[in-house]
Amino acid sequence: MKRYAIWPLAALVLLALPFVFDSGTSLTKMSLMCIMAVFALSYNMLLGQTGMLSFGHAVYYGLAGFMSIHALQILAGPSASMPLIVVPIVGAVTGLLFALIFGWVSTKRAGTAFAMISLGLGELVAASSLIMRSFFGGEEGVSADRSKLAAWLGLDFGAQIQVYYLIAAWTFFAVLAMFAITQTPFGRMANAVRENPERAEFIGYSTQMIRFISFCLSGTFAGIAGALAAINFEIMNALSVSGAQSGAVLLMTYIGGVGHFLGPILGAMLITALQISLSDYTGAWMLYFGLMFILVVMYLPGGLAGLIMAHEPVVRAGHLQRLIPAYLLAAVPAIICLSGAVAIVELAHHALVKAATEGPQMSVIGIEFSSKAPIPWLVAIGLFVTGLLLSRMTWPRVRDAWSEVHLLMKQS
Amino acid sequence: MLELILFSSLNGVLYGMLLFMMAGGLTLIFSMMGVLNFAHASFYMLGAYFGFEIAKHLGFWIGLFVAPLLVGLVGALIERFGLRQVHKHGHVAELLFTFGLAFVIEEVVQMIWGKLPVDYRVPEALDFVAFTMFGTTYPAYKVFMLSIAIGMFIALLWVLTKTRVGLIIQASLSHPHMVAMLGHNVPRIFMLVFGGGSVLAGLAGVIAGPALVTQPSMAALLGPILFVVVVLGGLGSLTGAFAASLLIGLVQTFAVAINVSLSDVFAFMPFNPQVGTVLGDLWSVTVAQVAPVIPYLLLILILIFRPTGLMGNRET
Repeated sequence: MKRYAIWPLAALVLLALPFVFDSGTSLTKMSLMCIMAVFALSYNMLLGQTGMLSFGHAVYYGLAGFMSIHALQILAGPSASMPLIVVPIVGAVTGLLFALIFGWVSTKRAGTAFAMISLGLGELVAASSLIMRSFFGGEEGVSADRSKLAAWLGLDFGAQIQVYYLIAAWTFFAVLAMFAITQTPFGRMANAVRENPERAEFIGYSTQMIRFISFCLSGTFAGIAGALAAINFEIMNALSVSGAQSGAVLLMTYIGGVGHFLGPILGAMLITALQISLSDYTGAWMLYFGLMFILVVMYLPGGLAGLIMAHEPVVRAGHLQRLIPAYLLAAVPAIICLSGAVAIVELAHHALVKAATEGPQMSVIGIEFSSKAPIPWLVAIGLFVTGLLLSRMTWPRVRDAWSEVHLLMKQS
Repeated sequence: MLELILFSSLNGVLYGMLLFMMAGGLTLIFSMMGVLNFAHASFYMLGAYFGFEIAKHLGFWIGLFVAPLLVGLVGALIERFGLRQVHKHGHVAELLFTFGLAFVIEEVVQMIWGKLPVDYRVPEALDFVAFTMFGTTYPAYKVFMLSIAIGMFIALLWVLTKTRVGLIIQASLSHPHMVAMLGHNVPRIFMLVFGGGSVLAGLAGVIAGPALVTQPSMAALLGPILFVVVVLGGLGSLTGAFAASLLIGLVQTFAVAINVSLSDVFAFMPFNPQVGTVLGDLWSVTVAQVAPVIPYLLLILILIFRPTGLMGNRET
């Protein structure tokens, strides 16, 4: 019973959030987070659950978004009778339809071949979006007005708060459905195909069929995300089917963690928040995004969710207090190293990009200096290197603490 | 018509040879280490930018030699301190690592050299007309590019088939464990191949930079085409990569030169879809406009119908 308590709780949080963060920007931010969470989860049905690496997932998101925006335009006519709330169904059907077509082609193969086909299909659709201008609207995209649709229970969805609740409701049910799928026998078979396709074949399942079904389900949910994006932005352009969008969802999902159901949600929320807030502070945020991804791939293959879940058994056994001192000790050089790295990137960005228009002067917490003078650079590099060297000394402490905890847990 | 065929073939072969300079290295890296290197086109871009920067201070000819070596150094360092670390997490992690790397390299290049194309020019010594045929001129720089590409091809062939290093590389393509047991340092061979592949990509960048446009999106534009070439040619087959490079080069160059649409071909028919509908768009699109799509269509078809590629002997 305890396992299921999280769902009403999540629904309550989604309902209550606008009362806590009621400004316009935070409403937009939360709407976007919900959309990206659905998109990233749908991607993880492929990468995390079935072990298929796709480089073209934005195809289903983008095409569904375009179809929804056209649906919005048609439904906004004088004889409109359908409310906005059913538009995500248009997206889901579109996503499913294209996943059926493209999935039939690409799921015949697994592994790297599948990844390459998905890349090819993604590039194909992205290139066609520039040719078929009447559907994709060329450079400026297609726009619509969601408030022109028939009102539903007196709501016209003009205000962002109403749209937030619409998106939140769809997100809740989509996430619930995706979680339910992981619990079915099919979900388990998908995991089996990921772990060992040969043995899955031996017990009598067609791995190709399972990949195909996974692909179609994943396309359907990506379609829902695309439709929600169309409703939220009221505009769709060719960027949403592009390789950049496919790359973004891959980065989000992987940083969040592919091994755990909550990972992609975590990644989507974190990356969306960073995207919106960091871009106010620094012009180099894309670089941080990429570096973060590389660090996760190198040192945290389980992603953030993997890191957090590794502590779950430790907490349950009551040994967390044995890890905390080592963590606190390791945090000091890590913070020094991180601030050094950030300082280097910011100095470089300022000296190379901003200096051309604003001059080399910059200021941090009230201290003015030139980004082209040697001293700030020496300080930044010094911080980075010192942090790195100190880290090498503190890291064994963390490892020792972990092995001690493991030993204790084995004994008990 | 003859003029079109002649010049398109010349340009197609040139583009194909350029593709091979990159696809050759990519194939070697892939068949040896199993890593599909997403950042390979980024090394090509780095080559162009390094060449531009060196040409600005020391002249084009020094850049031609130094820039590829610098790119090779960058590649070897990335292999040694990045890729080798990721190796234990499996092929997907390696693929994702190079994917992130391509992302970061593009951002860094944008930061240093700006988002707009840089003014990387053909050196003055090569800025003349090589020959004129049917009233159309052919620049000497393109002849120079072609000769460099052919020279590189012969050198690569010689290294791989006639030298000891080449033999070890060929052996570790198919039997890496056996090579390690014979006492060779396989990780070091990996580093060498990765660095060598980067040198070739860098060289391609240095010579292609002045002829094409040197801009931060040049890697993203070319990267997927390289994969098409490698898969089309067949994994682990250098000859296949060579044939596929020429094929893609020629197909794309000829497609760009053909300005015919379905509506032109079927002009005699009464059927004529309205302009402004999806069908109308498809009806009036010219072959030249579809040119960027053709390689991906080829890729999908080959992966479905002949997964080993044109000349490969193992499945993807």
